[in-house]
Amino acid sequence: MILGLVFWFELAIKLAAAAAVVPLIGMVIGYGEMKLSAHMQSRVGPYFAGGRFGWAQLIADGIKFIQKEDIVPQEADRPVFKWAPALVMLGTMALLVVIPFHPSSDYGIVSDLDVGIFYALAISSVSTIGVLMAGWSSANKYSLMGGLRAAGQLIAYELPLVLATVGVVIQAGTMSMQGIVSAQVAQSWPFVLTQFVGFAIFMIATLAELTRLPFDMPIAESELVMGYVTEYSGFRFLFFFLAEFTNMFTMSVIAVTLFLGGYGFWGINPDSLLSPLIVFAKVGVLLFFMIWLRWTLPRLREDQLQTLAWKWLIPLAIANLIVTAVLKVVI
Amino acid sequence: MSEYFQDYVAVAAFAGFGVLLVVLTLGITYLVRPSNPTQEKITTYECGVDAVGEGWNQTFIRYYVFGLLFVLFDVEAVFIFPWAISAEQLGLPGAIAIIVFILTLLEGLLYAVRKGVLKWE
Repeated sequence: MILGLVFWFELAIKLAAAAAVVPLIGMVIGYGEMKLSAHMQSRVGPYFAGGRFGWAQLIADGIKFIQKEDIVPQEADRPVFKWAPALVMLGTMALLVVIPFHPSSDYGIVSDLDVGIFYALAISSVSTIGVLMAGWSSANKYSLMGGLRAAGQLIAYELPLVLATVGVVIQAGTMSMQGIVSAQVAQSWPFVLTQFVGFAIFMIATLAELTRLPFDMPIAESELVMGYVTEYSGFRFLFFFLAEFTNMFTMSVIAVTLFLGGYGFWGINPDSLLSPLIVFAKVGVLLFFMIWLRWTLPRLREDQLQTLAWKWLIPLAIANLIVTAVLKVVI
Repeated sequence: MSEYFQDYVAVAAFAGFGVLLVVLTLGITYLVRPSNPTQEKITTYECGVDAVGEGWNQTFIRYYVFGLLFVLFDVEAVFIFPWAISAEQLGLPGAIAIIVFILTLLEGLLYAVRKGVLKWE
């Protein structure tokens, strides 16, 4: 099975692009979060680094992290402790494979898998294992509690996330990400109009999957120090945050693809070079809402979190799924 | 045939790249970062006081029950997706079949809720 030279060349370019884009996304979202949070709390936020607006704050942070010692606690399970961030990054990077920016199959998407959205939902769970590994191997009570909370939370919200996307798959009749977008472009309105229940469930579940407020119990600073990352330091610590910011971005792109029409926009030819910009604009709106919610809603209690998922979101997602199925078949 | 493997290679390359990114970065930063693990640094962190007992404590069994419930519904999702793609071709009989299937599993969730799995005492 010798693949063509063109294929390897394209794959190398895509990997290089991902290597360049992932830290950049981390920095942009990190800086955006710092600045927006600051202004929502009537602070100034980063100000001095880089001369104006503190734009170089995240670069300075990165350089600081490079110089930090990599401490492994005495009691920790060393190999598991050391490999946990690698597994989290594995899930994060593999998720980038199926996010579409442009209808072109060569450079608009890394690989347009036939099982696109199914693959995305499956591979995003790999990070859960990394988180559980980190929490367990630290041999720290806070880490263990954080890891278990994270595992309980991620699996509970995985289900509404999956069931909410089924409605879109029924409507589009395909699981391919490009296929879902082109189905929306073809009918010239996004699926959010018919799947608004699914969209709401998807966004709530996404917030929980990303362990962002109001669902940040796994790393609740006021109770668990830093949850499953308590014992981490230096670059290993940084990777958990890089993964979180990258996942914020990727999950937003997936939400945009499924519900908001992806690169489609009225009056703009999807084949034009504006397509990636449309995706980024839509993603930016979703990211802004995520950061906004962080400073609007208080943290939930652990049993409220589980009740919300099992008693409300899952039955609601199933009801949405059944209604979609019946309407699709009858009409 | 070789075309068929392109998707697999792309996925494997990206997954491997995620691990490589961590290994490479930590390898490079190894050259510049200090390494001076003193006893105080490598003891378990418990807000400054000496750690009490072991880190791997007994924990709530409840998380295990959630794990079981999760497997039930995640397997359900695996069965729903293939139907969802061809919902239109399968028509009403297919829809009725999958709805019966979903409601059967929903009964399991109802049982768990009635049994008090979601009540924390």
